[in-house]
Amino acid sequence: MLRFECPCCGPRDHDEFRYGGDASVRRPAHDDPDPEAWYAYVYVRKNPAGLHREFWQHVTGCRQWLVVERDTRTHVISTVTFARASQA
Amino acid sequence: MAPYSAFSILRNALSGQKNWQRAWRAAEPKRSYDVIVVGGGGHGLATAFYLAENHGVRNVAVLEKGYIGGGNVGRNTTVIRSNYLLDGNTQFYEFSMKLWEGMSQALNFNVMFSQRGQLVTAHSADQLDGFGHRANIMRLNGIDADILDRDDVRRLVPYLDFSDTARFPIHGAIFQGRAGTARHDAVAWGYARAADGHGVDIIQNCEVTGFIRDGNGIVGVETTKGRIGAGKVGLAVAGHTSMLGAKARLELPIESHVLQAFVTEPLKPLVDHVVAYGADHFYVSQSDKGGLVFGGNLDGYNSYAQRGNLGVVREVAEAAIALMPCISRIRLLRHWGGVMDMTPDASPIICPTPVDGLYLNGGWCYGGFKATPASGWCFAHTIATGKPHPLIAAYGLDRFRTGRTLDEAGAGPSAWLQ
Repeated sequence: MLRFECPCCGPRDHDEFRYGGDASVRRPAHDDPDPEAWYAYVYVRKNPAGLHREFWQHVTGCRQWLVVERDTRTHVISTVTFARASQA
Repeated sequence: MAPYSAFSILRNALSGQKNWQRAWRAAEPKRSYDVIVVGGGGHGLATAFYLAENHGVRNVAVLEKGYIGGGNVGRNTTVIRSNYLLDGNTQFYEFSMKLWEGMSQALNFNVMFSQRGQLVTAHSADQLDGFGHRANIMRLNGIDADILDRDDVRRLVPYLDFSDTARFPIHGAIFQGRAGTARHDAVAWGYARAADGHGVDIIQNCEVTGFIRDGNGIVGVETTKGRIGAGKVGLAVAGHTSMLGAKARLELPIESHVLQAFVTEPLKPLVDHVVAYGADHFYVSQSDKGGLVFGGNLDGYNSYAQRGNLGVVREVAEAAIALMPCISRIRLLRHWGGVMDMTPDASPIICPTPVDGLYLNGGWCYGGFKATPASGWCFAHTIATGKPHPLIAAYGLDRFRTGRTLDEAGAGPSAWLQ
């Protein structure tokens, strides 16, 4: 099981969180007409074997969206920050 | 290579079993090959076999970073079925089913293909209507499909929960009688042996670490056993397609996720079919050794670790007992994880790539085993001719750009929700 150091609630169990995917992709501007930018945002992923920045939501806790940095080979979590304070 | 037969068993029995040949040679790499297939799993080995068998391309190497049978071909739950809904999938998986039906003869290797039938339970009238839709599509494509009512299901699989207290009462089921299982290791070994018989070099413990480029083309690979030249390179490394794709500067719509599988202690024969639970994600069959082999959902977050999380063990066990209360006291013998390429529509990607000489076979999600023969057949055609086989026309990489995704589950583009 993963254990997250929620910046609001402290150390919490994996079961309290919902995964939200790769946090390194940039959403194009709402009026961006370039289909290539939207293709990249919706579909293309770096999918690294190593450090991965990803969204998790603390659904049964503070309900905040978090950005977690985790190693996809070992599941070691290096940082957890509020998504609103995080740069993509 | 001497063929396996009743006569060869007898002859070897009389000579003390001392004269069996290796099933395939321990090949060392040559300087170059017409085609290099990266990945010695089921798909890679099948591709090499059909390149030789169907297209006469015999100067072929299969490079495997580990050992044959050590990857996902030996980690799956061995279910084979062709009950797909969407055009493109329906025909491809049925073609695969037909190849399974002739595989043991074609490879001269008993893959223990057992057409024991697969059923998916329905737990509401609406769900059964949906299954009716699916069964009609299958029948229109010449595939066997039956709709069973509650009494039919009860006669077939009486050990499911038909009590008044069942959490999700069973309304009926969709049944495919030709579906079943095969012995997964035998599939890898059978294709390896048959490909080797055609002169294919199978090179184990040989990891591809990079590609040798010439302009926009690929002319070889760097490996832990040195540089090897290649006219064409086919990638069949599902689970790690992104990592090798990145080395070839391909940006792919793939995430790697771990899927767990489980086997219980051996039991007397109980589960005669493959049974899938329509109210949750759980499916089960019984192996020839008696263990119940089952699986459930992905762990649900990017992972290259070939091991799973306890939360999913619990969820799968809950689903199992909701469907089959009779197994609640059976002990789990083992559970393990395999790394899947998950695509945003849960359908595979087999196609030429924008890089000259590089062909891609990946994105199998959790459906790769049943596709093994058709994947090899169609990928071999694509590599040999440079053009996609008609059966994989829908599996191009460009479908995400053009909006022609094949989303069987209707789950949207989040790979971990497929």
